[in-house]
Amino acid sequence: MRVTVLYFARLREALQCEREVIDVPADVRTVTQLRAWLVARGEPWSSAFGEIKRIRAAIDQAMAQDTTPLHEGAEVAFFPPVTGG
Amino acid sequence: MPVRVQREDFDASAEIARLRAADPKIGAVAAFIGIARDVNDGETVGMLALEHYPGMTEKALERICAQARERWKIADVLVVHRVGELQPTDQIVLVAVTSSHRGEAFAACEFVMDYLKTEAPFWKKETTAGGARWVDARDSDDNARARWKETTR
Repeated sequence: MRVTVLYFARLREALQCEREVIDVPADVRTVTQLRAWLVARGEPWSSAFGEIKRIRAAIDQAMAQDTTPLHEGAEVAFFPPVTGG
Repeated sequence: MPVRVQREDFDASAEIARLRAADPKIGAVAAFIGIARDVNDGETVGMLALEHYPGMTEKALERICAQARERWKIADVLVVHRVGELQPTDQIVLVAVTSSHRGEAFAACEFVMDYLKTEAPFWKKETTAGGARWVDARDSDDNARARWKETTR
């Protein structure tokens, strides 16, 4: 399954990456599983996802939960808690 | 329900005038303006950089405005939020709500701000004498949002 992954703010800086298109294995089906798969790639994902607290996710520009399923062509975003206003 | 994300400054007076133009049923306008401060967590702050998630930001703000409309009898709601580089004393955000009576306008305006603070994908990075640092989310913002689950005011 092919997904586009976006990173924002502190996480984007830690990874030095704002966007990547990834082909994930068939057993990666949810937000949590994608996150675990990214961390398993090693540095810098393992440190960044380990050190930045309360990272949230969105799928197709809507807030997602840990168990929210991925789909072919999904736009998945990971980011720290928001601080606007 | 207009929602705008922009780099430019805004004129709150002109925005409110447009929002309530020619609607004789409106008896109240409640507005909130958020402003960049020169101090945060005990340190002097210079430039404030605001990043956002284009596309999702607008959807999140529209959803929050729709929720406010479901909860209160309001005429209209406007959110203007700036991004890019801001200086202390610059305006950051405007939320304005129009309604027949003040109660709904006050409550809906505060609700929109509390939800914006916790749901809309904006991130602040501030410059201090020690360098640039990302602003941490505050528990008080989560608490401010949570109380809307308990009461409609």
